[in-house]
Amino acid sequence: MNAKRYSRSTSTKWITRRRKPRTCRAVADYLHYELGIWIWAANVLAATVSCVLILHVVAVGALIFIWMERKISGRIQDRLGPTRVGGAYGWLQTLADGIKLIAKEDVCPGKADALLFKLAPYISFAASFTAFLSLPFSDGWVAQNVNCGVFFVLAVLGLEVFGVILAGYASGSKWSLFGAMREAAQVVSYEVPLGMCVVVPVVLCGTMNLVTIANMQEGMFTNWLIFHDPFTFCLFWVYATCAVASVNRAPFDLAEAESELVAGFHTEYSGLRWSFFFMAEYGSMYLVSGLAVILFFGGWHGPFPIFQGLADMGGLATYTAQLAGCINFLLKALVGITVMIWIRWTLPRLRIDQVITTCLKYCTPLAAFFFLGAILWQINDLPSLNTIDRAAIREDWLARETQIEERREAIAQKAADKAAKAKENDGEEEPSGDGQGTADPADAAAVLNVENVEVEG
Amino acid sequence: MIWHTFFFYLFSAIACIFGAGVLFTNNVVRMAFYLVISLGSTAGLFFLAGAEFVGAMQLMIYVGGTLVLLIFGVMLTAQEAFVSMRTRAGEVVVALILGASLLALLVDAAFRVEDWAVAPENHVVELAESKTTTQIAAAFAGIRTDADQYPEELQGGLSGYLLPFVIVSIHLLVVLIGAAYMARTKRRADQAPA
Repeated sequence: MNAKRYSRSTSTKWITRRRKPRTCRAVADYLHYELGIWIWAANVLAATVSCVLILHVVAVGALIFIWMERKISGRIQDRLGPTRVGGAYGWLQTLADGIKLIAKEDVCPGKADALLFKLAPYISFAASFTAFLSLPFSDGWVAQNVNCGVFFVLAVLGLEVFGVILAGYASGSKWSLFGAMREAAQVVSYEVPLGMCVVVPVVLCGTMNLVTIANMQEGMFTNWLIFHDPFTFCLFWVYATCAVASVNRAPFDLAEAESELVAGFHTEYSGLRWSFFFMAEYGSMYLVSGLAVILFFGGWHGPFPIFQGLADMGGLATYTAQLAGCINFLLKALVGITVMIWIRWTLPRLRIDQVITTCLKYCTPLAAFFFLGAILWQINDLPSLNTIDRAAIREDWLARETQIEERREAIAQKAADKAAKAKENDGEEEPSGDGQGTADPADAAAVLNVENVEVEG
Repeated sequence: MIWHTFFFYLFSAIACIFGAGVLFTNNVVRMAFYLVISLGSTAGLFFLAGAEFVGAMQLMIYVGGTLVLLIFGVMLTAQEAFVSMRTRAGEVVVALILGASLLALLVDAAFRVEDWAVAPENHVVELAESKTTTQIAAAFAGIRTDADQYPEELQGGLSGYLLPFVIVSIHLLVVLIGAAYMARTKRRADQAPA
């Protein structure tokens, strides 16, 4: 109650977005209230829809990215890349590779710790997958609209290294162990500057909600946070460096340096388990790329506000705007992936001491300096390309509160109607036992569900 | 609601089973792995309660940070391939005494929560406050939105969280510098570096 009063008093003109958050919960509510499916089935269905969609981003995404990587690397090395499988561009090459991987024998070395060895790829994959749960793909198109989304994504992404460490340790091979140690050292050091870079957009927007951060950059491309001030512009390049390092891509792919360590932490892996590591890697690449798009490049708000007018019209128009935003977001993130592939086939691999030096002696102080600069720029209200009034766009929990209030009233109305009906039928059929008789279990479930909406967020 | 209950029991069961797993295994890395799962499902419980920030903190600090450190410690100090620990009888006794007293304290505290003494059918369904981090952030900057929970005469003394945080962080900085100093290779002046 107090928080609400406080925030209202700080900003007098204040647009509360009335768009319904299209979260998993909203889907479940739609299935239950509009289509009349049982609440438990609606919940399961809604969760399944979200999970399957995200799974496709990770798994099918990996198929496309691997094909892209082959084609781009081919072009960079003056080759053609795959050309035969599936027609002119070899676009089914990855599928053929996938079938080959499934057919391969699943080998577990004799000296390995079998349980951990077998589980490690799933941990990496699960971490990469889970982070997508709170990554929005368009305005409100997010599986779980977590209020501190940035923090959640970073926290979960940091867990991926755990799978790698386990894989390296449990393989019982010195190559794997060396690879895992390198990866652990690298990822742990790069989390520091990465976190510092991510804090700047959060501070400039005053929220950790990814949906709100992206909505605070709507309009022309000049409203993107990267154009907020020169410090933020420079900071993005530090973020890009740290992001490439934290997803363990070349030139920071020390953990799997094939010229020194055979294949690093996945030396002993084969078949599908090996491919899980790669799905996790490409998933994380897409994730840091998407995070960069949301934090610095306006998320689903394109360079030019073509679909802006449709967004507030409601119904199909809003949906069109959201779909266009989603495509916009995916394309922007794809550009990020392309750049990462380009870097990989252009730059040579660093040595481990160079990797750590880059992080501790360059990235961390630079990030700290740009952080201070961006904050001072904002505090002193120096000229900025961004013209949007960020204070007017707020988190959606206020909109949600009104929505919950409305739904409560509707449920109360329904209950009253039912009671009236029951009174009409009173003469023919006396409600058995207790005098109340109107307490329908469905209604009780509905009221409880209203509570869930708020608690879960 | 039924899914809340289901996931509550699921996460609790996972946390408890793997917590017990930590106790009953000798292999240190497996112990760390079980601990990760146990702590991770505790984070799941936090998410279930709508405390997303605390849940993410749990993942970041405990599951991420502490365990990476633990594994580093294990892997850097291990003498053979798979470290296993043997506990002596004396250690078991000390651990039992410590654990039992902590358990007694926690159980006692848990049963003092008044709401839990009420039967579920008598619960009053009340709308919870929106779980956002806005209040924490405001309190951090010195605006305490929870001020009216305290008696009138105490409200003047409510301060922001910034000062304690700065004190703690400077303390940590001192520890870091000290650790770096102690870990440095010490060379005598006459031994010039090669």
